[in-house]
Amino acid sequence: MSAPDANGTDGEAADPRHAAAVATLTEVLGEAVLGHHSERGELWVRVHHEAWQRAGYALRDDLGCRWFDFLSAIDWLPSPFGRDMDAEQDWPSTGPPARDTTIEHGVTGGGTRLQLLARVQAVEDNPGGENLAVTLKADLPNENPAAETWIPVYAGANWHEREAWEMFGIAFIGHPDLRHIYLPGEFEGHPLRKDFPLLARRVKPWPGLVDVEDMPEVAEEGSS
Amino acid sequence: MTVTEREQRAFIAAAAADARVNVELETEGMTLNIGPQHPATHGTLRIIARLDGEQVVAAEPVMGYMHRGYEKLAEVRTYPQVTTLINRIDWLGSFANEVPFILAAEQLMEVEAPPRAAWIRTVLFELSRIANIALFLGDMGVQLGALTPVFFAFRDREFVLNQIESVTGGRFHPNFDRIGGLKDDLPKGWIEETRGVMVKMRNFCDELEDLLMGNEIFEARTRGVGVIPADVALSYGLSGANLRASGVDWDMRRDNPCGLVHDQLDWKVWTHPDGDSFARYWVRLQETREATYMVEQLLDGLPTGPVMAKVPVIIKVPAGEAYVATENPLGVMGYYVVSKGDLGPFRVKIRSASFNNISVTPWVMRGVYVPDVITILASLYFILGDIDR
Repeated sequence: MSAPDANGTDGEAADPRHAAAVATLTEVLGEAVLGHHSERGELWVRVHHEAWQRAGYALRDDLGCRWFDFLSAIDWLPSPFGRDMDAEQDWPSTGPPARDTTIEHGVTGGGTRLQLLARVQAVEDNPGGENLAVTLKADLPNENPAAETWIPVYAGANWHEREAWEMFGIAFIGHPDLRHIYLPGEFEGHPLRKDFPLLARRVKPWPGLVDVEDMPEVAEEGSS
Repeated sequence: MTVTEREQRAFIAAAAADARVNVELETEGMTLNIGPQHPATHGTLRIIARLDGEQVVAAEPVMGYMHRGYEKLAEVRTYPQVTTLINRIDWLGSFANEVPFILAAEQLMEVEAPPRAAWIRTVLFELSRIANIALFLGDMGVQLGALTPVFFAFRDREFVLNQIESVTGGRFHPNFDRIGGLKDDLPKGWIEETRGVMVKMRNFCDELEDLLMGNEIFEARTRGVGVIPADVALSYGLSGANLRASGVDWDMRRDNPCGLVHDQLDWKVWTHPDGDSFARYWVRLQETREATYMVEQLLDGLPTGPVMAKVPVIIKVPAGEAYVATENPLGVMGYYVVSKGDLGPFRVKIRSASFNNISVTPWVMRGVYVPDVITILASLYFILGDIDR
């Protein structure tokens, strides 16, 4: 197997079908395959973002993954707001506590903050048995994150790319109709980015923590 | 009507609409707004259809009226709290929503639910399928002008909801699945009652088959309408009965079993080669009946033992990534969970079935007649909460 020994590669535990799939992808895409990972029957492959569309074609035509599952993204920046239960009014006047902003990537590693994520599956190659499924990842540049559209490969990517564009601000080159899908047209910002505050949480304390009533006091004598 | 005929007709309609722009005396194309408040939209889906006479030239669904941002909210919840949110995605089959998320969390924690919990999970999973699709079976009639089936559906669905309620305490939002098992065991006498309900549901399926299948209007309005060929269905990511009605023999319950016990049962995956509205209805009807047999087998083979594995009181999920998808009533539902070892997930991507299922509408509605828009929508069967999340 000629997979490059990049960050996040572990070829040892991979089952033979995954190894064969990675070998095929490496053959087609060459240097663009940056890493792969195999765990619990799932296969992750990380490719260079410029090879995103070519990787899609390779998955569909060379590996037979004709069923499009989903396309989305992950923002690996740790939330500057934390995921605690504090609202702004709970913080002392010094402001929010300092938070660690080191980016730690998941399986197959990564290089930048935004990572594109898509999963496709073969549905007919092995009826009655496990089918090959590949989760594809690609690091996007921090400035102007963009990748080529998957619409010519998988028609269903259209709406998923609109969603990723709206939620993460990722541009899809060649997408004919990149506009808001869930949010109103004048909405600003990209809600699923980690630095987009969940305002409801910021302005109002989490009711579960502060609304707990004290235990009722023991009834005084004679009050009944 | 074959696919090529359909494509031809769509092409003629599109070409005609383009030609109209240059011909002054012709009537102009019209834009018809269907929804957001239309009974066929199961919530608030809006469809903007550009018409040429009676034919649709382009249809564009507009959603987001019910977007609740569950993916963002899940990032500030703990794992047990997330099930409360995802209960409300597909609100007609709520229990089935919880299962893939819990399974994904269990995979990351390397916890396995005890056998009895896995079996009861599968029972409730299939019961929510029956409750969910029963409503579709009746609702499809309403879209075609037949009111009776939907009353039957509401009547008989209640029996199933009663069974779900007596186990979980919730008719619609059970919130019963826990990481490591289930909240409780089955109540006393429940198994026998459920057997009776399954017989009722089979009668309901027979009744609907008598009422609608073979009905001339039903056949005329659904046969050859909204044909989706298999390769289009695959590239749009259609799943569930919509995919199987296009002749693709693929069911996650059989082909990618994870955590549930469908692989230990004797059952059949129903497919239909036509890919039209009729096929989608037919496949769902057979699946509902198949599910009643599955529930009976499950009740026969229910193992004894605990319903909860040993898990810590405060659940922290180790760092990692997992994707688990199951064959839910509406199609494949999956959760991509990224954990960083916290109390809550770092990121949850919710792959809901209806979002992909309905994304095919601009393709399938080119060239159809206006009344068929409604039947195609109904036959694709979506729940708005499952699109908007």
